[in-house]
Amino acid sequence: MNTPARNVKSIGDAGLAQRPSQLDRVFGYTGVHFEGFFEWFGRLGIFLWQTVKAGVTPPFEWREFVHQLDEIGSKSVPLVALAGAAIGVVLSMEARVNLARFGAKALLPAAIVFAVVMEMGPIITGLVVGGRVGAGIGAELASMKVTEQIDAIEASAINPYRLLVVTRILACILVLPLLTLVGDLCGVIMGWLTQALAESISLHQFIDTGFQGATFNAFLPPTFKTAVFGFIIGLISCFEGMRTEGGAAGVGRAATSSVVLSSLFVILADVVLVKLILIIFP
Amino acid sequence: METYPEMTNDSKASVPQTSEVAVAVNNVYKSFGEHKVLNGVSLEVNQGETLAVLGRSGTGKSVLLRLIIGLTQPDAGSIVIQGRNLGGLRLDELGQVRTKMGFLFQHAALYDSLTVGENIGFPLRHHRKSMSKSEQLDKVTQLLVEVGMEGTQNKMPSELSGGMQKRIGLARALALEPEILLLDEPTAGLDPIGSGEIDDLVIKLKEEHRMASIVVTHDMHSARTIADHLALLNKGNVIIKGTFADLKHSDDPFVIKFLSH
Repeated sequence: MNTPARNVKSIGDAGLAQRPSQLDRVFGYTGVHFEGFFEWFGRLGIFLWQTVKAGVTPPFEWREFVHQLDEIGSKSVPLVALAGAAIGVVLSMEARVNLARFGAKALLPAAIVFAVVMEMGPIITGLVVGGRVGAGIGAELASMKVTEQIDAIEASAINPYRLLVVTRILACILVLPLLTLVGDLCGVIMGWLTQALAESISLHQFIDTGFQGATFNAFLPPTFKTAVFGFIIGLISCFEGMRTEGGAAGVGRAATSSVVLSSLFVILADVVLVKLILIIFP
Repeated sequence: METYPEMTNDSKASVPQTSEVAVAVNNVYKSFGEHKVLNGVSLEVNQGETLAVLGRSGTGKSVLLRLIIGLTQPDAGSIVIQGRNLGGLRLDELGQVRTKMGFLFQHAALYDSLTVGENIGFPLRHHRKSMSKSEQLDKVTQLLVEVGMEGTQNKMPSELSGGMQKRIGLARALALEPEILLLDEPTAGLDPIGSGEIDDLVIKLKEEHRMASIVVTHDMHSARTIADHLALLNKGNVIIKGTFADLKHSDDPFVIKFLSH
């Protein structure tokens, strides 16, 4: 697909409106920039369109993609494992006390497994990776933007969207479900360990009881929904990074906004996705 | 099929477009907000010639180079590269034009996550896929020798001084053996010997490869040494174009003041 020559610098580089707009004058200057709000979404849409066009035209940047799989995936494993383990411990401790109150301690393994795999594992993985990867991508691309490295890529007749954005977004989409599995595993194991310290229960018994009555429909959709989280994290952090202006301060702002906006949209997406999963997989 | 919007029809080249003309800037205007940077600039560089663009800081010299490589679009006017008007080109066509051009950024713009060798090899990896890895490595070594930076392949850009980074940037700009070279302050940050070496390289490229070069510089000595023609920008306009002798004999007060410093 051949696309019109466009100055990629013009995409998303104006930033949010700083002065009161007509809408601000109508609604009163509340500090919430209405025009900027819609402008941001508009620019994000243009950015996404440029990315899709770059993504569907060859050549694919395999080398950069594999590099990003390592940066985003394998280097996030320790953090996700730790977060998953902590969730497992906390859930085990909390659930044990509360289930005992209702005389339902026998349900503890199932409570931990279902809580970790169906919701806590995916959302915690999304937020943790959003923080680490979002900041990393946002800062890296912002730094490249302010030092003209992205311009140098474009001047070398290489599409920066294809090289930098498509590879990172695809890596995030692929890696998030895998990292979620890692987080889930650590959460379940630590949940068992915490329970085993309080009362004697083998891992085999814990897994048997925990997964009793479970179906693939219960576990796969929540895991794969993290691919959407990955898309959000990759898209927003690349967008914020590539529209940076203002030197070192701009790099800092890009890293911060990448994390904040990624986390916000991951949480909002989770609400929508949970509802969809409940409808499609009742 | 979408195309890049034509700037203005009446700004089409008023100078004859021959196959010898490498770069033609035709009546180009560019503003950033209220600030007019270029106010109807016209320039021409033939294949095998070097044009030095001089002027005070902030007069749009770097913007001019960015317009020529297509990183920025003019508000009006046209840029013609080897007979091809950048306006109306699809992205893939613009890419083809860009592979014939090498650009040295003012601060080198090296990729800081790659080594020196990887930086120079970056265009080769993307555009010279028929070259084997060892051929690419040989080419990188050759380019490093040409810019006087042999043996630095495995260094990271952060380990180099600004002047050294500039040389690596120049080597990267030469990787695809471009027909047109755009240099933004190539000797800035270099010692006199280093500057002389870069000047000699630009002259050699012109003589051996008929490369057309546009050099933005504050270095009058370098400009006199390498340039066939000089253009002096002031307040968005080219106030004089010609040889150094033409500038010297000008009675324009700004030209006299500029040369006196």
